[in-house]
Amino acid sequence: MTTDERFGRSFEEMRSDREFGTRSPVVTGPVSDWATDFSHMEEEWAADPYPILEDLRERCPIAHTDRFGGAWLPVRHDDVAEIAYDTDRFSSRSPVVGNFRPPLDIAPVGGIPPISSDPPFHHDARKLLLPAFTRNAVAKLEPATRDFCHKLIDDMGTADVVDAATQYAQHIPARVIAQMLGFPQEDGPKFRTYIEDTLEGINLPPEERVAKVGALFSYLLEQIRAHLDQPADDLTTYLIDAELHGQKLDPFHVAGTISLMLVAGIDTTWSAIGASLWHLARTPADRKRLVDEPSLLPTAMEEFLRAYAPVTMGRLVKQDMEWHGVQMKAEDWILLSFPAANRDPAKFDRANEVVVDREVNKHAAFGLGIHRCLGSHLARMELRVALEVWLERIPEFTLADPTAVHWSTGQVRGPRTLPLRVG
Amino acid sequence: MMRVSIDSAKCQGHGRCYSLAPQVFDEDDEGQGFVIGSGDVAADQEAAVYLAEANCPEGAVVIEK
Repeated sequence: MTTDERFGRSFEEMRSDREFGTRSPVVTGPVSDWATDFSHMEEEWAADPYPILEDLRERCPIAHTDRFGGAWLPVRHDDVAEIAYDTDRFSSRSPVVGNFRPPLDIAPVGGIPPISSDPPFHHDARKLLLPAFTRNAVAKLEPATRDFCHKLIDDMGTADVVDAATQYAQHIPARVIAQMLGFPQEDGPKFRTYIEDTLEGINLPPEERVAKVGALFSYLLEQIRAHLDQPADDLTTYLIDAELHGQKLDPFHVAGTISLMLVAGIDTTWSAIGASLWHLARTPADRKRLVDEPSLLPTAMEEFLRAYAPVTMGRLVKQDMEWHGVQMKAEDWILLSFPAANRDPAKFDRANEVVVDREVNKHAAFGLGIHRCLGSHLARMELRVALEVWLERIPEFTLADPTAVHWSTGQVRGPRTLPLRVG
Repeated sequence: MMRVSIDSAKCQGHGRCYSLAPQVFDEDDEGQGFVIGSGDVAADQEAAVYLAEANCPEGAVVIEK
């Protein structure tokens, strides 16, 4: 058995070395005014955030809330871009906006590097991962992804109504990430729980939240130890062996980066696949056009990513300052809404329409600046293959019950229940 | 003749250029875009290069004409 003292202790023991962060009171319930009391955790937001964003753009382009200990929501493209580029005044120390702020000294690494890292550390932590996520590298995963999509459709059998979120979209990125990390394929359902706990559980009582994060890290430590015993040609072994500045990575860095792959690599793409199928199910003209003209899919897919961008990021304000007319305080959150940026009419013609043959589409669905989604090439491959296979196998489909569609709250928005009538 | 380059200080590896104009751009080992060859653009690639410029979220594709 290989020993590596970095991974010899339990998560609880590892955590006891670290300073704890700060908590703000949990505030839930209906929003009184989206300009002064917004919450991305409410069902009204999840169901349809776009009218809210449009209203804010007209009357209050930088909204505020006292929830989460204080947060700002800029909705104009240029403001979102400016913050994404300004790593001097806005930190990525904790990209999940909630009621817990990790200690200041966790920067510049953060809990889940490199998404939680600030310069200059960020550059080197990201560089370690880039080669595994190039377009050429992920192209090698395409044949297996395609076979798996076919299998998921085979498994649906002859049912009239299928849930495209839980029977299709959800499984595709989970399978691919499990393969890249060298985790058991059958652990897919566990991943879903960990993701929901991390991103949708932010308003849970602190002790429950700690227990859920602990369960994820304990699982990751188990997988890491299994890889110490049996190294493999996968990302987990790569991260265990990787060196930065002449040293092996800190155990929190290894486990944090793996948890990032699980959490950021699955529900994001699952959301993009689901939102695209939702749009096509309710827009027969677009569906028929893509069935007849499969070569349009790469262009149409970029439009789905623009119009239904799943991901919103978080930043923390570093110091008290006036920013574009508002008084930001140190440790205020920024909810960095790429979905809002992508619907700004100052940047996009017909911003609120889905134009499947939009040729010029400078959308920001994968972010802007140094934190551009590391997995964007992987996500695009999975989204394209998932839609190609679906449209080839199931060219006719509609929403079985529009009121039964349920969208996730939080910073990754996509359909979690999507009943479709097929054939 | 049209010339094109990539501003490597702006490029973040979104890959729109090498997807939309694969005969002109390619990716390096880390996914960053680069121009294949000298940067002179053949007439039949100009439209693809304009499309790449118009779709780069970072504004990193630079055309000189």
